[in-house]
Amino acid sequence: MTKIELTVDGAAVSDDVEPRMLLVQYLREKLGKTGTVIGCDTSNCGACTVHLDGTSVKSCNVLAVQANGRTVTTIEGLADTAEGELHPVQESFRECHGLQCGFCTPGMIMQAVDLLGENPDPTEEEVRLGMEGNLCRCTGYHNIVKSVLHAAEGAKA
Amino acid sequence: MTATQDRPAAEIGKDRRRKEDQRLITGRTRWTDNITLPGMLHMAMVRSPFAHASITSVDTEAAKASPNVVAVLSGKDFGAELGVCINAWPITPDQKTPTHSPMPADRVAFAGEIVAVVVARSAAEARDAAELVDVEYDELPAVIGIKKALEDQVLAHPDLGTNKSALWVFDSAEAGTGSEVDAAIETARADGILIEREYRQQRLIPAFMEPRSVVVDPTGEQITMWSATQIPHILRFALAATTGVPESKIRVIAPDVGGGFGGKLQTTPEEWIAWAVARRLSKPVKYTETRSESLMAAHHGRDQVQTLTLAADKDGKVTGLKVHLDADLGAYIAVVGGGVPVLGAFMFNAIYKFPSYRFECQTVLTNTTFTDAYRGAGRPEATYAIERLMDELAAEVGVDPLEIRERNWIKHEEFPFTTIAGLEYDTGNYEAATRLAKESFGYDALRAEQKERRDRGDRVQLGIGVSTFTEMCGLAPSRVLGSLDYGAGGWEHASVRMLATGKVEIVTGASAHGQGHETAFSQIVADRLGVPFEDVEVLHGDTQIAHKGLDTYGSRSLVVGGEALVRAVDKVIDKAKHLAAHLLEASEDDLEYNDGRFTVAGTDQGIAIQELSTAAFAAHNYPEDMEPSLDAEATYDPVNFNYPHGTHLCAMEVDTETGAVKMRKYTCCDDIGVIINPLIVAGQVHGGLVQGIAQALWEEAVHDEAGTLVSGSFVDYLLPTSADTISFDVVHTDDPSVCTTNTLGTKGVGEAGTIASTPAVVNAVVDAIRHLGINDIQMPCTPERVWRAIQGSKAGGATETPPDAMPHFKDGALNQDEGAGQ
Repeated sequence: MTKIELTVDGAAVSDDVEPRMLLVQYLREKLGKTGTVIGCDTSNCGACTVHLDGTSVKSCNVLAVQANGRTVTTIEGLADTAEGELHPVQESFRECHGLQCGFCTPGMIMQAVDLLGENPDPTEEEVRLGMEGNLCRCTGYHNIVKSVLHAAEGAKA
Repeated sequence: MTATQDRPAAEIGKDRRRKEDQRLITGRTRWTDNITLPGMLHMAMVRSPFAHASITSVDTEAAKASPNVVAVLSGKDFGAELGVCINAWPITPDQKTPTHSPMPADRVAFAGEIVAVVVARSAAEARDAAELVDVEYDELPAVIGIKKALEDQVLAHPDLGTNKSALWVFDSAEAGTGSEVDAAIETARADGILIEREYRQQRLIPAFMEPRSVVVDPTGEQITMWSATQIPHILRFALAATTGVPESKIRVIAPDVGGGFGGKLQTTPEEWIAWAVARRLSKPVKYTETRSESLMAAHHGRDQVQTLTLAADKDGKVTGLKVHLDADLGAYIAVVGGGVPVLGAFMFNAIYKFPSYRFECQTVLTNTTFTDAYRGAGRPEATYAIERLMDELAAEVGVDPLEIRERNWIKHEEFPFTTIAGLEYDTGNYEAATRLAKESFGYDALRAEQKERRDRGDRVQLGIGVSTFTEMCGLAPSRVLGSLDYGAGGWEHASVRMLATGKVEIVTGASAHGQGHETAFSQIVADRLGVPFEDVEVLHGDTQIAHKGLDTYGSRSLVVGGEALVRAVDKVIDKAKHLAAHLLEASEDDLEYNDGRFTVAGTDQGIAIQELSTAAFAAHNYPEDMEPSLDAEATYDPVNFNYPHGTHLCAMEVDTETGAVKMRKYTCCDDIGVIINPLIVAGQVHGGLVQGIAQALWEEAVHDEAGTLVSGSFVDYLLPTSADTISFDVVHTDDPSVCTTNTLGTKGVGEAGTIASTPAVVNAVVDAIRHLGINDIQMPCTPERVWRAIQGSKAGGATETPPDAMPHFKDGALNQDEGAGQ
């Protein structure tokens, strides 16, 4: 077991973990951050996407020990939802019907936030390429792409 | 009840944002895998690596000695309490049905079948110990693929004596719906047009995003199962029917379910094993599959060989269609396994007036993952075949593919129309949908561009694909299901609870997993009952709350479940009227109901539905001839299917040097009757389109000769991404063909996009290179297949997908990444 200390969604946490434990398992099993989900075992689907020090990562592709001393943001910490707030990208997914079953959605939103951070005014093509690592089976991507473009548009206004 | 239709802010037709989204976009979700119970144990499965083998021994000692392992059980450790996986739809009385144990003790029949389960305190420890279970097998010859199965040389189940499970036949001459198809074929052969083709419906994997998961808690008076399922009610029934636990002691909950597409329309070995283990250990257990397990062992879809003969006169008027399907069921006949291809029987004639028709479906067993429903279930396969054939016929006659369709389709003034397959289509307007789709697509301009590129000999050729589809949805009139030997009915149930505070709870037997029922059903109730949209709460997916239901599949929730809801609401209004008349001291005949309020005609007296709810709750003053309750329920059995239709147009660019295909534009005009929520409808169409397009271009589940699934991860099974797809042009007619068999006039839309799009795409690819002498490309239309077709090395592009995994999975191969190891 290895002791790790990190910040998750604004709270300092500390645990002893097996060195092989994945960050996504740590978030779900130790912290109960079940908003972040596991959709595959080959790092293809992106459902587990979170931010590590502000950059999107697939949390099935990071060991919990690698997050030691760092800051993790999950879908649950993206906005102060307890106060009824939503992040503009969350709002945009709702507005544009960018989700159906919602399983890929946390990963999609986290990836979209990162994408827009790097490129605040993307073209449709850039959104499609930037979201390529996140799979969705419900929406056909049409409204996901629209949601990301809508969020970019909103940020300009 | 039409009183609410003139409300200024009608909910029906409004693009309401979804109620369910707030939780889903903030991660406040309850997927089955999120559930943790005190003392809960975790399961891992030991699965057969062989497609067909006898189990000679299972050594569990090392696994049992592994840290925190509680139990290791194999098939021989269970008795009758394990139950059996059911086939609810034996398609013929003499169907050969292999017994499907959730965990066989003696013989496995496909790679991925479960032979043992490890139960431990954590999922990781269970998986570690599963590696230590030592199973000895005697490998048996495996039969893989439809053509091999038909030979009956190697048997998937030797004790059955054959791989042929059942032959189901419909013949229009025998049924009295039409004439003899063989006569039409002979006439066409002598003096007309005869098109004979064999099309392959490759095997697909539903690949819902949430892997299947099940939790069983045996510690209460009722045993509770949470499952990532589309069918909590059918699941409960099947558990009771096969495991000896009374139905009244079983509670099944489908919490948040992350997509299904038919893939979670199943009663699974994993659920049955979790059920048995929890009962055995008297502790809650959880099992969540990995994606690799899901792709290997959750049911697959499609997998047919279609042998087709289309007869027509010289003008392209179809005189007969003969269909022979060979359908691969896999190793077992799953819950509706054999019934899926049979559903196609009613759809091969599509929107056309065919005078003769014969359909045969031969189901076969192989040593592969069992197959069952996948979005469209039988109807996409049928639509693909007929829409591809209509394009071939157009080419033969030398007219535009839309022109050949128009010569054969049912004209809008001919509805209601009884088809050659015996269905009565109530309404439709193929002319209007086609006109609108053509306009929006820019059909004539794209045809002009196609001609220009062809004349110029451009390296990149343009093809235009057409698909004018219909489908039967709203499964299903119970009597029809009975006549097809299906084991259940097709009704749906709803109830309405008028709460004391004026809020309204509605309970539906439909079980949503992404469709947006909470929102659409709230809109229906808000309109009909005249209460605010926000005041309606939709409850579903828990058999103790929604005690009656037949769940969600086959585009049925709105058209069947929605109608049950309408009827329950109308009963509430009737009861409320009686109470209102009593309280207002007026005659019921003088009451009008508008905007949730009864008023006495010609006076300013009135009472709101919410006040009546409170009055019924208090029960201080109510008529003696009624109970103090406004609650009501309804069970609705549809009298007919409904028949949405649409015209889909697709433009594909094909690079004739590389075989690369690229989608340029996709337009669809679907006529689905009255639309409750256009936003949700568009979402259903988009998602459906991509699943159908993916069959045309990318997806295929491939087993190697030994029966190993080589497309067993998302690295090898090509699910489309945002970068592979385009934005779609979705339009609807202003004047839809309203369904006549339900009150709201709605038709199903959940499967439309998938059913329609596959042939549109393949027709476009073939259209782009038809001038090179090509009339078919086998699906998926990979660049390699297209290139080979163009090269002429393999006629028709009908090359089998090589059963190899990606090179990086080959034993001993070096890492293929550029620069690796430097």
